[in-house]
Amino acid sequence: MAARKSTRKPNVSADELLGYYRDMLLIRRFEEKAGQLYGMGLIGGFCHLYIGQEAVVVGLEAAAEEGDKRIATYRDHGHMLACGMDPDGVMAELTGREGGYSRGKGGSMHMFSKEKHFYGGHGIVGANVPLGAGLAFADKYRENGRVTFTYFGDGAANQGQVYETFNMAALWALPVIFVIENNQYAMGTSQQRSTSTADIYTRGAPFGIPGELVDGMDVLAVKAAGEKAVAHCRAGKGPYILEIKTYRYRGHSMSDPAKYRTREEVQKMREERDAIKHVRQLLLSGDHASEDDLKAIDKEIKEIVNASAEFAKESPEPALDELWTDVYADMAPQNA
Amino acid sequence: MTTEILMPALSPTMEEGTLAKWLVKEGDTVASGDILAEIETDKATMEFEAVDEGTIGKILVPEGTEGVKVNTPIAVLLEEGESADDIDSSAPAPEAAQADAGEEAPAAGGSDETAPAPAQAKAPEPDETPDWPEGTTLKQQTVREALRDAMAEEMRGDDSVFLMGEEVAEYQGAYKVSQGLLDEFGAKRVVDTPITEHGFAGLGVGAAFGGLRPIVEFMTWNFAMQAIDQIINSAAKTLYMSGGQMGCPIVFRGPNGAAARVAAQHSQDYAAWYMQVPGLKVAMPYSASDAKGLMKTAIRDPNPVVFLENEILYGRSFDVPDLDDYTVPFGKARIWRRGGDVTIVSFGIGMTYALEAAEKLAGDGIEAEVIDLRTLRPMDIPTVLKSVQKTNRCVTVEEGWPQGSVGSYLASVIMREAFDWLDAPVIPCTGKDVPMPYAANLEKHALVTTDEVIEAVRKATYR
Ligand SMILES: Cc1ncc(C[n+]2csc(CCOP(=O)(O)OP(=O)(O)O)c2C)c(N)n1
Ligand SMILES: [Mg+2]
Repeated sequence: MAARKSTRKPNVSADELLGYYRDMLLIRRFEEKAGQLYGMGLIGGFCHLYIGQEAVVVGLEAAAEEGDKRIATYRDHGHMLACGMDPDGVMAELTGREGGYSRGKGGSMHMFSKEKHFYGGHGIVGANVPLGAGLAFADKYRENGRVTFTYFGDGAANQGQVYETFNMAALWALPVIFVIENNQYAMGTSQQRSTSTADIYTRGAPFGIPGELVDGMDVLAVKAAGEKAVAHCRAGKGPYILEIKTYRYRGHSMSDPAKYRTREEVQKMREERDAIKHVRQLLLSGDHASEDDLKAIDKEIKEIVNASAEFAKESPEPALDELWTDVYADMAPQNA
Repeated sequence: MTTEILMPALSPTMEEGTLAKWLVKEGDTVASGDILAEIETDKATMEFEAVDEGTIGKILVPEGTEGVKVNTPIAVLLEEGESADDIDSSAPAPEAAQADAGEEAPAAGGSDETAPAPAQAKAPEPDETPDWPEGTTLKQQTVREALRDAMAEEMRGDDSVFLMGEEVAEYQGAYKVSQGLLDEFGAKRVVDTPITEHGFAGLGVGAAFGGLRPIVEFMTWNFAMQAIDQIINSAAKTLYMSGGQMGCPIVFRGPNGAAARVAAQHSQDYAAWYMQVPGLKVAMPYSASDAKGLMKTAIRDPNPVVFLENEILYGRSFDVPDLDDYTVPFGKARIWRRGGDVTIVSFGIGMTYALEAAEKLAGDGIEAEVIDLRTLRPMDIPTVLKSVQKTNRCVTVEEGWPQGSVGSYLASVIMREAFDWLDAPVIPCTGKDVPMPYAANLEKHALVTTDEVIEAVRKATYR
């Protein structure tokens, strides 16, 4: 099956554009705040920021319908905010507090929301890919017309289980969209140094899975591609691959000195390709919003994010007996 | 209000660093994401970015300063409309700020308090209710048939239960355990998979997250090593990591342990491996009635269950109660034989050696109490302790390797909980500490033998 390049559809309403602007800005400001709290020692361990990649998840969420599922990697804060999870609960999980989505037991990489159909938050590179296909298997079994967005990175695309999953997903025509967020690096390894062929989206072709390369710095292009993929899955035609070219501005995790790329490379992306700036320009040049309108949104977002940080600082640490709960769904906590 | 820019922690372990270089100067306007300074940690030089936008009002720590503690104010940022005069000269001294933040931030090492163990209930009395009521009709059935019946009954009762694995459908199971299931339930619920253990184990776990109750068959547990990450990291840990939100009701099943003459890669007992993992339940039945009753319980369990069967036992026949819905609870051992001289604890195929040894020992006047654990997690410690308190001696029997064996765990628990009752050390009988050889005579020696169990009992009873 031939892979196709996506084409951009520019016709979009002001409300929609404002919505994307708002959602992307929320992720960016939230992540900046998380970075700050990490710097203050309030967040520990691994913390992978999504700054730069916001258009990917916001564009795809715009293509999703109520009941569709999503499953992500450890770089998951953006995915949670975009699907409507509460910033307070996410931030409080980052600080390891009782008010967090996992009551402090999961941390940055392990959060879930059944209500928002968000299935994690997974720390093992590649492992969430068969899990996503399994969610789609359950939907197909139930014949409920739902679609699962399974997100993973360019580095993860080299894991064997990804191809085991491609095979089964195609064989059983599972309604799963494999979203490869190609931010061009896996920790310090650039795609060229890890991957034998440049175009990851073509890697489904041997399994009969159509793939598409998408500009991940353009939220409208992402949304358009997402709609196509969703339609394909809902029509019962099986899985679809979206390789979304994007860029992470920050280090892999908080302790990454980022010596594997130049400051100029990062600056160039920020200045010339930033997804939020792009929507901002569309809004202003199309007379959809004034500078003042956007300022008001900025202010509103800042308040939400500050409130989440306050909540995450104020929320108490989990009670010590939390250590023993949730090991089993049906057994009293025990210590043999 | 002016904003203080604090010395950031740039790694999970950083406590202080060198402010190597300022990349902005007083009066510069900055936007979030702009690089403010370079900071040297013990590991690397890192760039430090602005979070808020504004104007650099004052630089508090000059470049080149070493040993700047995390959370010390290093600069002051002015918001739109503010001037450097707004900088509050009574800004808290670095030390004070550090102390404040220190109090707020949980120290990396955690608090001094140690988590209390949950109220350690006094060893509960063992549950000694019989597995089936007196007068129940019994029928002879093989372990294979019992497992098949258990799956079929549960699939009839709950349409979210399905079976997947290699050769489970059209071939009727590599060991014929799923005989007839495809005919009754169709290809939607009895799913042949490609040879792709890692992938289909993960897919099964995802289906369980998505609300189904998968039974995932591994052709043998040896091949599940390719999937062990999904079993442990995805299935066993998610309930905990999600604070109780996302459970994983799934059964992983298949033959475990040595078959016959299939050599090292196809002959390993995983009981001790999986028994170690919190979040998993582990069943390892010996008889057909237990295979049936435990399998039904496993399928209904809301947690991931590792179900360890045995190829050699598949064809053995046992009494199985002829009841509509026969289940066996997890965590309840079965006493196969009563005796006062020694306790023999085993499970799975180990029971073959345990019972044979007990039979022979009885001929010499040594009466062994033989306990089948049936499930290794949860493990019925009360039944073992009660028996050991009576016999004062214990021998354990399993096919797995000695180091970190089920027997060594039992020995440690018995030593801790029943030390004063012991008249002899607990003796674990295990497989030998070697990969399984192919040659018939060597294989026999590599496995635990009835003679070794008898020998161990004689040692423990000084007879
Ligand atoms: C199986 C496994 N191997 C290695 C790691 C360590 N690790 C975490 S993230 C990562 C890089 C992954 O890069 P990519 O898939 O491109 O995702 P990105 O971080 O760029 O979002 C590595 C090697 C891991 N978590 N799991
Ligand atoms: Mg990457």
